[in-house]
Amino acid sequence: MTSNPGAHLTAIDIAASVRSGERTAGDVLEEHLERIASSDAEIHAFNHVMVDEARHCAQAVDTAVKAGEDPGPLAGVPVALKDNMCTRAVPTTCSSRILQGWKPPYDATVVQRLGMAGAVVIGKTNMDEFAMGSSTENSAFGPTRNPWDTSCVPGGSSGGSAAAVAAGFVPISLGSDTGGSIRQPAALCGVVGVKPTYGAVSRFGLIAFASSLDQIGPFANTVADAALVLEAIAGHDPADSTSIREPFAELFPHLDDGVSGTRIGLITEMMGEGIDADVAARTREAADALEAAGATVQEVSIPAVNYGLSAYYLVAPAEASSNLARYDGVRYGNRVEGNTTDEMMFATRTEGFGDEVKRRIMLGAYALSAGYYDAFYGKALKVRTLIRADFQVAYEKFDVLLSPTSPSTAFPLGDKTADPMAMYLNDVCTIPTNLAGHPAISVPFGTGDDGLSIGVQVLAPPQGEQQMFTAAAVLESAAPGGAR
Amino acid sequence: MSDASGSTIDLEKWEIVVGLEVHAELSTRTKLFSSAINQFGGEPNTNIDPLTLGLPGSLPVLNEQAVELAIRVGLALNCAVRPSEFSRKNYFYPDLPKDYQISQFDRPIDAEGHLELPDGSVIGVERAHLEEDTGKSTHVGGGGRIHDAGHSTIDYNRAGVPLLEIVGKPDIRSADQAKAYVSELRAILIAVGASDGKMEEGSMRVDCNVSVRARGASELGTRCEVKNVNSLRSLGRAIEYEAARQVDLISAGEDVQQQTRHWNEDEGRTHKLRSKEEADDYRFFPDPDLVEVDPGEEWIDRVRAAMPVLPAARRHRLAEASGVDLAKTAIVVERGLDELCLAAIRAGADPVRTLTHAEHNLSGGRSSNLDPDGFASLVGMETGGELTATQAKQVLAEMVSSGDSPADIAQARGFEAMDNSELEGIVDELVAANPDEWQRFIEGDSKVMGFFVGQVMKATRGQADGKVVTKLLNSRR
Repeated sequence: MTSNPGAHLTAIDIAASVRSGERTAGDVLEEHLERIASSDAEIHAFNHVMVDEARHCAQAVDTAVKAGEDPGPLAGVPVALKDNMCTRAVPTTCSSRILQGWKPPYDATVVQRLGMAGAVVIGKTNMDEFAMGSSTENSAFGPTRNPWDTSCVPGGSSGGSAAAVAAGFVPISLGSDTGGSIRQPAALCGVVGVKPTYGAVSRFGLIAFASSLDQIGPFANTVADAALVLEAIAGHDPADSTSIREPFAELFPHLDDGVSGTRIGLITEMMGEGIDADVAARTREAADALEAAGATVQEVSIPAVNYGLSAYYLVAPAEASSNLARYDGVRYGNRVEGNTTDEMMFATRTEGFGDEVKRRIMLGAYALSAGYYDAFYGKALKVRTLIRADFQVAYEKFDVLLSPTSPSTAFPLGDKTADPMAMYLNDVCTIPTNLAGHPAISVPFGTGDDGLSIGVQVLAPPQGEQQMFTAAAVLESAAPGGAR
Repeated sequence: MSDASGSTIDLEKWEIVVGLEVHAELSTRTKLFSSAINQFGGEPNTNIDPLTLGLPGSLPVLNEQAVELAIRVGLALNCAVRPSEFSRKNYFYPDLPKDYQISQFDRPIDAEGHLELPDGSVIGVERAHLEEDTGKSTHVGGGGRIHDAGHSTIDYNRAGVPLLEIVGKPDIRSADQAKAYVSELRAILIAVGASDGKMEEGSMRVDCNVSVRARGASELGTRCEVKNVNSLRSLGRAIEYEAARQVDLISAGEDVQQQTRHWNEDEGRTHKLRSKEEADDYRFFPDPDLVEVDPGEEWIDRVRAAMPVLPAARRHRLAEASGVDLAKTAIVVERGLDELCLAAIRAGADPVRTLTHAEHNLSGGRSSNLDPDGFASLVGMETGGELTATQAKQVLAEMVSSGDSPADIAQARGFEAMDNSELEGIVDELVAANPDEWQRFIEGDSKVMGFFVGQVMKATRGQADGKVVTKLLNSRR
């Protein structure tokens, strides 16, 4: 284990001290830049550290404070961004060779909102290429390591963002979650990770993997910090047609409401086969803790989630095959020359994409092909409808649901790279949420037999973030002492 | 008659069947899914933004003005305006920035309509759907095609411009009817403000599906889709060529293969682009970046209430008010002179003379500003015998240019009744009976003069003064 993961201030504390003038954003930034400089060579959480941009930004925050202005709720808080969120004039690569060196001419909506809230964006984090993977080993720039055990993966695809928080490089980071890419690495790195309701956070400027599933969310050390960031980035955005129009839930006033009388369902299908015994045990303890805090807990079956993984590996690759078509070497990114346009496109994509990306593009193109559409993509959409319906039935009886986040704790690098199916099974508990478009949060809850972190997942109905955070806050306070 | 195949279709034996797909660029301020400006021309790659270039992270946001125009066209074509959905049509091509086109596939905004042509025939419209245009490639070197080009340049100004693709049913039975359909559609698009309809700038593009069958057969023949038809003239030529080609094939005992073919204007023939088997699999699926478009009854009703009177209704209105044949009203409506004629007729002018003047002696533009009462008095002076038809024409021309009253103009010119009204009447009849010859005469074909003089002589049993007849005919040019 590294020496001091987690031994640092929360975002709430940092923002309070910067807003009051007790500390400067500049000092806070330098402290975090130092940690990155001293330890990121080992972890490789970052693809790119934005030293100059961050210093300018921190200076602006300090100037505002001196002028008596309030820079916002995230004043001076260093934030790391998964490298699939567009940052103006700063390289944004999706950890892919095909986008190496590309600098977007605009900021993603989340980046704009972080800026308006006074946050200081400090860098871009490593990820599985185009967010396809569960270990951050599918990066063109090498893997990220788990700060708790550097021989292990941090999970993925937002492994860099999870590791950056776990290693104390930043109190907060953003990831994207298409099938579990925030929650699973949060669980494996012992931090809090949130996948909001689909449409709660704008996707404008998020480089698409599977548009109907992708959702941006925060990593943080505490549930309250995650709530702080989510409130800052969520809310309607006219630039994203799938953005929810209603105002986002107020989280803070309800964080301490407790779970007395809350009806909690423990998902049967996510407690049996394929789930490690220690993970299932911690999840049951989490259920007991909630019960002890006044909730009623019952097992509930959501049969359609058994088909989640199969449906996901048709829907997500299908959308990806179309979303990634634009990387053709014609307009931006890397180009490999050829004698004809077709040859150029072919060579560019052959060299630019890694194996996992190619695998999914092929899978997706096949699923959409004439003659196969109904059998594959069409059927997957039906499963999606079924999953949504099954969840809806459950939410008539329960306020929130509970399950493990990941079937296992962090695994050694290279352990599953040769076996895509074994890797895909990492997301068996998280994928149904994405297919349904619902929110879910992973909260650290004790450790496994190997001493590594275990995350427990709280799921809620669409736009049910408020009750989800309330339950998560109770779990957090009930988590075994010295967790991780 | 087709230019290249050299054969003429025996229309007693064969029937031509045509269905047209018309792409109309909508006159919106901005593009279909982004705020980049929608404007023809301009320096290459100036009307662009992140979405136009398909930059990573950019997202489409539907332009409501495009939806409104699509609703207008839908209502004008008697379509049902329905909740619709955007899909992605996936194929790789450099001028397609995202390497997929956002289009409407199985749920178009407008469905099941029809339009009426000036001759009263009705052509079905299967659907009209919204989609984005592509950029424009220029292939340098080689044969001007991408495959053998030295290099290619791409202008993305047009990429993302809103198109409405109007898919007609295979109800068209001749090249002339196809031309009439496109003209009518164009008039409708202009009338509702949906498009400028400029074929020469590509704001209206036509693909035609052509097949032939033995007259009386109920089954449709195998069709070929002909692309690159850039004017009404090419449309007519392309259909006639293609139909003749298919008749030749069938007559030679061969089958027509379903193909996409390219019209070559210079050679006057079509070439095979690809066969049905070579067609791309576009892997359509609903675009997850966009949501269902459901305009709702309220919006549709609002658009309906603001619709202008459409060309077909205007033709019927004029025919009813004037008592002339429906077909004869087309040109007057096309020139936008129907309101003027209706007002003049209301003010007491003889309807037939009024329409004759509108058809032969007035153009569009400034003429439509003519004072209807003055126009009515001019027609009255003519029918009352105070002016000959020739004089009336001259007075009318001056009314348009000076705005003076017909009485003043006639007086200033010293016009008084002359006794060639009988000749004028004969010439009127000849013009009506021989429109093609008259058209050639007007276009300057002097050889036709002899034909008309001869006809007048025949009608007057040689009593007319040849010089007077010649002068009279020339004055009408």
